[in-house]
Amino acid sequence: MTQKLVVIGAGMASGRALEHLIEAAPGAWNITLFNAEPRGNYNRIMLSPVLSGEKSYAEIVTHDDDWYARHGVTCRFGQTVERIDRDRKVVIGTTGEVPYDKLLVSTGSSPFIIPCPGHDLPGVIAYRDFDDTEAMIEASGRPGARAVVIGGGLLGLEAAAGLRLRGMEVTVLHLAGHLMERQLDAAAGYLLQKDLEKRGITVLTRASTKEIVGGDRVERVRLEDGTELPADLVVMAVGIRPAVQLAKEAGLAVGRGIHVDDQMITSDADILAVGECIEHRGAIFGLVAPLYDQAKVAAQTLVGEAAAFTPKQLSTKLKVTGVDLFSAGDFAEGEGREDIVYRDPARGIYKRLVIEDDRLIGAVMYGDTADGNWFFGLIKEGADVSEMRETLIFGPAYQGGPAQDPLAAVAALPADAEICGCNGVCKGRIVAAIEGGATTLGDVKAVTKASASCGTCTGLVEQVLAATLGDDFAMPTAQPICGCTELTHEDVRRLIKARGLKSQPAVWQELGWSKPNGCHVCRPAVNYYLLADWPLEYRDDPQSRFVNERKHANIQKDGTFSVVPRMWGGITTPQELRAIADAAEKYDVPTVKVTGGQRIDLLGVKGEDLPAIWGDLNAAGLVSGHAYSKGLRTVKTCVGTDHCRFGTQDSTGLGIKLEKRLWGSWTPHKVKLAVSGCPRNCAEATCKDVGIVCVDSGFEIGVGGAAGMDVKEVEPLVKVATEAEAIDWTVAFIQLFREHARYLDRPYKWLGKVGLPWVQDTLGDATTRAALVERFDLSQSVYQTDPWAERATPEARRAFAPLADLTMEAAE
Amino acid sequence: MSWIDLGPLDAVPERGARIVKTRAGCIALFRTGPDEVFAASNTCPHKGGPLSEGIVHGRQVTCPLHNWVFDLETGEAQGADRGRIATYPLRIVQGRILIDGNSLAVDRAA
Ligand SMILES: Cc1cc2nc3c(=O)[nH]c(=O)nc-3n(C[C@H](O)[C@H](O)[C@H](O)COP(=O)(O)OP(=O)(O)OC[C@H]3O[C@@H](n4cnc5c(N)ncnc54)[C@H](O)[C@@H]3O)c2cc1C
Ligand code: SF4
Ligand code: FES
Repeated sequence: MTQKLVVIGAGMASGRALEHLIEAAPGAWNITLFNAEPRGNYNRIMLSPVLSGEKSYAEIVTHDDDWYARHGVTCRFGQTVERIDRDRKVVIGTTGEVPYDKLLVSTGSSPFIIPCPGHDLPGVIAYRDFDDTEAMIEASGRPGARAVVIGGGLLGLEAAAGLRLRGMEVTVLHLAGHLMERQLDAAAGYLLQKDLEKRGITVLTRASTKEIVGGDRVERVRLEDGTELPADLVVMAVGIRPAVQLAKEAGLAVGRGIHVDDQMITSDADILAVGECIEHRGAIFGLVAPLYDQAKVAAQTLVGEAAAFTPKQLSTKLKVTGVDLFSAGDFAEGEGREDIVYRDPARGIYKRLVIEDDRLIGAVMYGDTADGNWFFGLIKEGADVSEMRETLIFGPAYQGGPAQDPLAAVAALPADAEICGCNGVCKGRIVAAIEGGATTLGDVKAVTKASASCGTCTGLVEQVLAATLGDDFAMPTAQPICGCTELTHEDVRRLIKARGLKSQPAVWQELGWSKPNGCHVCRPAVNYYLLADWPLEYRDDPQSRFVNERKHANIQKDGTFSVVPRMWGGITTPQELRAIADAAEKYDVPTVKVTGGQRIDLLGVKGEDLPAIWGDLNAAGLVSGHAYSKGLRTVKTCVGTDHCRFGTQDSTGLGIKLEKRLWGSWTPHKVKLAVSGCPRNCAEATCKDVGIVCVDSGFEIGVGGAAGMDVKEVEPLVKVATEAEAIDWTVAFIQLFREHARYLDRPYKWLGKVGLPWVQDTLGDATTRAALVERFDLSQSVYQTDPWAERATPEARRAFAPLADLTMEAAE
Repeated sequence: MSWIDLGPLDAVPERGARIVKTRAGCIALFRTGPDEVFAASNTCPHKGGPLSEGIVHGRQVTCPLHNWVFDLETGEAQGADRGRIATYPLRIVQGRILIDGNSLAVDRAA
């Protein structure tokens, strides 16, 4: 006979318990699922990517209506359980009672709200569920809206980063001296704070909230020290409390959480509990990994299998894109504890290991967390590290054996090494799944749950697949371009060439695009691939370009534009400067700025004035500087032999030659060059996409530098003796990049994928090099035109003006 | 209804947009297909981005500032974003684009 199971709370813990239960005993239970939220189970930890806009709500739903229907689960969503009557064995919800044979309580926890004055004003919210996330997204939609996030822990910072990405002014208030003090030490907390400040988030530590002030809505937050912060939204993320009220009123044994034994049974033998609402041997929980273990044990207990929950060490990561931090174990300073610290201030890297009795007991890493899992493994094993003490901090690569290659490192991991922290999946289980027939990431995810929660281990799982399947596994190099296709950028580039697709409709049709004419993500990429591969046959499509490239100017945040004329190699003349000054006056340009690329930027030009100001500048011989394009930006130079006593070659002259050759070409992403006259490197050539440093014996060409979100030094491509060779190599390199890189990859990203040796080999062949140069010049024969001149015609001018002016009409 | 002639269809590029000035602010005309044009507010409810500068795809436009996507038939923001832009009735007669003058006035009163 089927038994009646009632579950209170459709959260991450109970969701997992139901999966296990239904798998172990299909049809054995008649299940009723209550949830106070008006929806079923979703991956709560992914609310942050939803907030930041990196994922949609639909993508994080783990159990949809169909799943519940298929497994005969009666859903009572939007219904709160108000009472449990243990004598009659019924639960009483908002719309009536339901009897149970067994009851599973998984009510999660409630956010803690500081009971300061004003905490109940509209606009003060917590960060716990989908409704909170929606409220934040909505608040960020108001222009100029400001948010104050109280609490600089995991949740608060994910909220702050998300709101900032949505354009809000964000201030984080944190009571302790540094951020995430429970997971990070002060040094890592400092680096984290610096990173967040770089994103425009204001962080105030040792900030204690006194009151929240407002009329119908929150208006300000006042601190103990008198500081006042204007706020349209206040997010309280100061901690959580197990939700135990219901259990307490039912007379169950409750401490901080609902007491359970190793089998997840409460003080009532027919009532089990899992998740953040429980207390197990004095501990309460706030991360999903242990909850999943509890869920499994609860399911086993329900079907009568022997099982026991054992708590494990936990590690933490912050899900803010671009911030890499990892912490595990205990890293407090103490008697008999020893620290190993490694810092690379230039790259913002900090690593600290804490050792006690020759065992690793804690690890904090910031900036480079690649070895995190390895250290975490050592902590969990309690391994004796005295042998590798000297090189421990450098990670597994230095522990004997040539494990530099990440694949070899993964292959060398023991079967019980943990790969997925959220779901506690070790390497052995993944390998078993693969041997049982799983061949893709999706298969492994479905069978083992590895990488199914926060997803940070996806790369590792793929490496296990690659190491186990060898050549049978094609390492996915990229995601599909967008929702319009299953194909990756690389696939599309290859198919455009292989099938001779020469128009956008041909690509959409032949490659099975799911939308009539693509979307804002794929259209610019496809447009670029087509024009790069078929310069003569394909015509650039302005409607598939981002506004800057369509308008040939950079749109500013207030909708005006900036205009930057080219200054070849950074050289200008009095006559050009006069023309620029005249234009600035004539068109009321509010800001005239010297750029980092050695030229002058006129900022704040009105859209409808663009063709006219271009016309004027053109008349003085100035052309577009393409400061807006995915194409050649500038060639920065130093004065070289012309004026400098150190100069070894004519660096300015070479820079001008290169700029004249390369301007106007479209590339996958922007390309910046520089030429320095000697290794003193005044033109900063070593952080450019292509940087040339002149020396007595010739020219050293470096590639793959960058000085943006990532700062990278160039890698040496080649050294050549003559200027002509330097130009040839540079042009050939850029053409190779144009033909192979995916759209929006800078050269350094592309090099990271194909490897410098491949590029050196390819370009090292004189015939190939010459062919690349020839293809580049062919493309330039079409594309090296000044967009300003083309758009200064009366006809083009009209296209920039409104189609009609009705301000005089329709007023009746 | 009072239909006002805004100009020839061909003045708006396919998968492109043009703006029309009105007393209530700029309206954008989006040409989504050879014979299909939609009229909607030019101002993104997120941070005021100029929607006529966005990429037009299907019957949608993506705001150039932060990539909100709007359905041009309903004016609703798509996906997780919440917001709406005003839309205006429009007709195409013999290659000319006509807008309902009353809708502009009514909208202003509302
Ligand atoms: C924004 C965010 C980011 C996070 N990031 C991470 C992360 O990166 N890694 C990590 O490990 N953890 C993370 N967490 C924590 C993780 O989400 C929780 O540990 C986990 O969701 C707890 O699961 P649970 O089942 O115990 O409770 P929940 O998932 O909260 O589910 C409890 C459910 O019970 C319902 N309920 C409560 N009382 C009643 C009642 N009386 N009647 C009916 N229904 C009721 C609630 O509405 C809720 O839906 C994050 C949490 C948040 C909010
Ligand atoms: S890089 Fe060398 S040659 Fe050029 S200005 Fe500096 S010191 Fe002189
Ligand atoms: S202004 Fe339109 S998306 Fe931000």
